[in-house]
Amino acid sequence: MGEREKLLEVKNLKKYFPVKGGVLQRTIGHVKAVDDVSFEIYKGETLGIVGESGSGKSTLGRTILRLLDPTEGQVIFEGDDISTLSNRKMRPYRKDMQMVFQDPFASLNPRMSVGEIIEEPMIVQNTLTKKERKEKVVDLLAKVGLPAEARSKYPHEFSGGQRQRIGIARALTLNPKLIIGDEPVSALDVSVQSQVLNLMGDLQDEFDLTYLFIAHDLSVVKHISDRVGVMYLGKMAEIGPKDKIFENPLHPYTQALLSAVPIPDMERKREKITLKGELPSPSNPPSGCPFHTRCPEAHERCKVELPELLHQGNEQYVACHLYTSEEK
Amino acid sequence: MKNQEQALLEVKGLKTYFYMDDNKVAKAVDDVAFTINKGETLAIVGESGSGKSITSLSIMRLIQSPPGKIVEGSISLEGKDLLKLSEREMMKVRGNDIGMIFQEPMTSLNPVFTIGNQISESLMKHKKMKKKEAYNKAIDLLKLVGFARAEEIVNEYPHQLSGGMRQRAMIAIAMSCDPKLLIADEPTTALDVTIQAQILDLMVQMKEKFESSILLITHDLGVVAEVSDRVLVMYGGQVVEEATVHELFTNPKHPYTNGLLASIPNIDADVERLESIPGSVLPAHRFPKGCRFAPRCKHVMDKCRESNPDLLETETNHKVRCYLYED
Repeated sequence: MGEREKLLEVKNLKKYFPVKGGVLQRTIGHVKAVDDVSFEIYKGETLGIVGESGSGKSTLGRTILRLLDPTEGQVIFEGDDISTLSNRKMRPYRKDMQMVFQDPFASLNPRMSVGEIIEEPMIVQNTLTKKERKEKVVDLLAKVGLPAEARSKYPHEFSGGQRQRIGIARALTLNPKLIIGDEPVSALDVSVQSQVLNLMGDLQDEFDLTYLFIAHDLSVVKHISDRVGVMYLGKMAEIGPKDKIFENPLHPYTQALLSAVPIPDMERKREKITLKGELPSPSNPPSGCPFHTRCPEAHERCKVELPELLHQGNEQYVACHLYTSEEK
Repeated sequence: MKNQEQALLEVKGLKTYFYMDDNKVAKAVDDVAFTINKGETLAIVGESGSGKSITSLSIMRLIQSPPGKIVEGSISLEGKDLLKLSEREMMKVRGNDIGMIFQEPMTSLNPVFTIGNQISESLMKHKKMKKKEAYNKAIDLLKLVGFARAEEIVNEYPHQLSGGMRQRAMIAIAMSCDPKLLIADEPTTALDVTIQAQILDLMVQMKEKFESSILLITHDLGVVAEVSDRVLVMYGGQVVEEATVHELFTNPKHPYTNGLLASIPNIDADVERLESIPGSVLPAHRFPKGCRFAPRCKHVMDKCRESNPDLLETETNHKVRCYLYED
């Protein structure tokens, strides 16, 4: 375990969005979308991030890529802190980190041919000649399982699954080291979803990619990830190796989340923990542990004191007072 | 349970076509037949383009015409053919005999009326209640679907509620006139898993309390396994398999059903590679001549490309549309 090389390190990352109000549009509060999150991603692994809507998982992905500027904290990519770099200084790092978005209908420019879409990042980075670029486009299309003729067609001529393949080809153009997928298969039908998941797995092996895979579907995250982080209201509730999280979840939220997934199987029925209530607003999060309002195990301490993310052995970290020892 | 075998809704030979500008015909629903018994939950599963939503909209006669048209078939609710009713008579069926909830509760609730207004509307219309009486009934219904602050919610507007709460309010509206059938079209697709679990629980409770039947339209086989009694699998506008829920998951027959089940990552098992069905669903105006699944099927034979197999009962209560099971 010790020899694993860190590709990306996120330290105490915060992203707050101001809430404006009143006649003068003054800032009257903040939505704490990402609130003090720390973790690392090792080379060649897939880290899955799960959470419900409003948990901050998408904002986390965008803040790491500097599509949003962090409010506080550091993002360290291969040892360099990129969290405060200017756009100009950020540019060389951009080619190492790419994103695949959820909606393949909205993330491809409808007025550009597929060839132009895939070629564009190479023009921006200006490293290849025109001829080399054209060759690379055909090569990438083949890699994602599309015919070379696809390059002269437009996005509307493709189905959802094919468009997501185009999105992946575009993300691969600059030989990135890290790909952040923000719900990359959520918009696809199940039979097509599995094609894209298999493709992402193949490409990871071939190009030695590292993935940060953000999704709300726990079965998909389990399938593709090596490690999994569970977010709740802008905070990391639990993070650890996939097997630990799914077989021995420690945080009451992870336990409830896993039990709520409907399984397409008649033989295995599990005991359901139905959570009461809904996710509180991130602009007015509860005191203490953010989950205490819905937690079946909540006690007095949870209402006042925020639990820290602590190591519970086997690389599994959990932020819950049930596991903070009394001696401390 | 004693009503189990009594048919509530019988759909026979339903064909809903869409006539497109360039003279193409999209056979979105093509010869669909099924029965929903009293007290039963029937699920229709399928991917986008399978015709599952068009089937449910046809039952409610909510197909926009033109371009759509119910070309053939009958839909009888307790012996009354809905396709023969006038628009006026049909309005009495909608919301009264059949309640409906949709995927996106924000777009199906009217943003300028309070929740109470929207529940009382159908009560005043169908049950001829007075305003005050309907208002009080609305509060009762909101309590029934699990709102703790029903007295306040009744005066609130849809935007003040979260997604899960809106879907609860939709269920309150759908159940307000004590319908015989509740049609739920992807009722939990837009919701988070923990909220989805709450809403599914609520639907089952409501079904039992009101002794109604449910037609559940969904793409999620997990949800199907969770709540339904019987399942129809649709592909390309046709039913390809019909079985009890237990039978479908333990003994799936159609290659499409098998492919679908195998392509879902299982939360309880580890596999290196997922099974996948090559290609994607063809648009409804480009369906092949033979079996509609033939271009993607790994068991395809010559005759599959020539003619379309019939939906046959191969075992008791298990129907499948596939030449593999025809002698």
